[in-house]
Amino acid sequence: MHKRHSTDFSVVDIHSLSASCYQIVLKHPDTLPLVAPGQFVQVQLPDSANSFLRRPISIHDADFEANTLTLLIRKAGKGTELLSHVKVGDSVNLLYPLGNGFDLSLDKIGNNPLLIGGGVGIAPLYMAAKALKAAGANPKVLLGARNEADLLKKDDFAAITETECTTEDASFGTKGFVTDHVYMKGCVHQFTSIIVCGPMPMMRAIARVAEAENIPCQVSLENKMACGIGACLCCVTETTDGHNTCVCTQGPVFDSNDVKW
Amino acid sequence: MVNLTVNLGNNLVLNNPVMTASGTFGYGLEYDDFTDVDRLGGIIVKGTTLNLREGNAYPRLAETRQGMINAVGLQNKGVDYFCKNIYPQLLKYTKTKVIVNVSGSCIEDYVACAERVAALDHIPAIELNISCPNVKQGGMSFGTNPDMAGKVVEAVRKVYPKHLIVKLTPNVTSVVDIAKAAESAGADSVSLVNTFLSMAIDIKSRRPVLSTVTGGMSGAAIKPIALRMVWQVANAVKIPVVGLGGISSAEDAIEFIIAGASAIEIGTANFINPNIGNEVVDGIAAYLEANNMKDISELRGSLIL
Repeated sequence: MHKRHSTDFSVVDIHSLSASCYQIVLKHPDTLPLVAPGQFVQVQLPDSANSFLRRPISIHDADFEANTLTLLIRKAGKGTELLSHVKVGDSVNLLYPLGNGFDLSLDKIGNNPLLIGGGVGIAPLYMAAKALKAAGANPKVLLGARNEADLLKKDDFAAITETECTTEDASFGTKGFVTDHVYMKGCVHQFTSIIVCGPMPMMRAIARVAEAENIPCQVSLENKMACGIGACLCCVTETTDGHNTCVCTQGPVFDSNDVKW
Repeated sequence: MVNLTVNLGNNLVLNNPVMTASGTFGYGLEYDDFTDVDRLGGIIVKGTTLNLREGNAYPRLAETRQGMINAVGLQNKGVDYFCKNIYPQLLKYTKTKVIVNVSGSCIEDYVACAERVAALDHIPAIELNISCPNVKQGGMSFGTNPDMAGKVVEAVRKVYPKHLIVKLTPNVTSVVDIAKAAESAGADSVSLVNTFLSMAIDIKSRRPVLSTVTGGMSGAAIKPIALRMVWQVANAVKIPVVGLGGISSAEDAIEFIIAGASAIEIGTANFINPNIGNEVVDGIAAYLEANNMKDISELRGSLIL
């Protein structure tokens, strides 16, 4: 098990990305330890009057020169709403890096992986896309959202690698869900593997296609959790070995064939 | 220097009164990166049953104001797995006391599980969980009836010679009656409270948040009720009382000790601050010093009425 830390970071930037999503950049007081694409942090909330458990948030980006972590957060409830009000200079405690990231070894996922993100689920894919590109692979990215305004970071992804988008209202890219895109239709066989993070129905649909087409697929789950370190056992998902498995320590990334959908 | 040592009787001596509550601290190992586990008075490891239990379906967690409701349902790999695979890893803790929380769905299971744990030299005590609200059979049903509580404690007492803590549920009219039944049946101490039976509803879907509809509530919100129960029980039994329920700071812990608790357990607060246990140890020591007390026993039950 990798070493995990509890550290007070300071907020160096916070800004809104859409009506419901925002980005926080957090600076480590010293040298940022290594974090891997797909790992997450447990963010302590600034005020615990109403919501008091930590919030598990994917690591969107890590800058080891500036010693910063970037988080993309959707205001899903009171806790993430509360966190959206932190100011530059505020201190935010993180437990990190938690969980196992994506398996990005090329012998496992091949040279032509497809990275699919839905909504704020695009967050952990950014580091993965950069890492794959740096390793010499040719990743393609498919981002889906309800409309163009909710399509986060599409230009940042496009700056790394070939990026396609779908929107439910056709305001940008292909109309429909990510599963309606040609990548997931006739062209799916050009991909050596799929990595997906997004809403459960989306991941379930993609896992189904991947299984039917016999393409290795990694999914990143986001179950509700209290501790994030394997103690409370609240975040379990049922796996095909018949057990309830902790998403925080055994995931959040799973082989889609190991998850009981 | 103040003396924080607590002797709970029957060879259970804690270096300080701060323990971690079962189900909130894993096996201690999960917390090694974040705190000096061995410096705590005790760690009470995850509820252990005779056989493997998968626990309840997801979702198992609902956050509430200053609290949370869980419906884990005693997920664990069974006592034999614990003895073989986890116990050896716990031998590295030489100062803290490692205590196993034992649960079951019938008296025979409790007895068989306790017998296996009794054979482990490094485990000086068990905490008998007759109060889990999240299992269909057994669990809390043993803890809500004084006769049933007496029977299971008596049966375990026969096979378990070391320190026997009995963990009580607050979901009763008179927790004092259950505590007295446990005392009469041979418990060395009682711990209280386990979680409060509660529920949460998602108003968008009008469905329960938890897969089991109801679950057990813990966290800061329950502290005043837990404190009242601990005070009542401490005044009614002669055996030591271990207080828990929403303790989130040294001040909270001190309240429980003033109310009569010999030791305390920290639960849900571990999820928010994994170092809280040691912070509470330091806070209690600082309080004693500031109040010119040399020994934690001077504080215990010192409530002025």
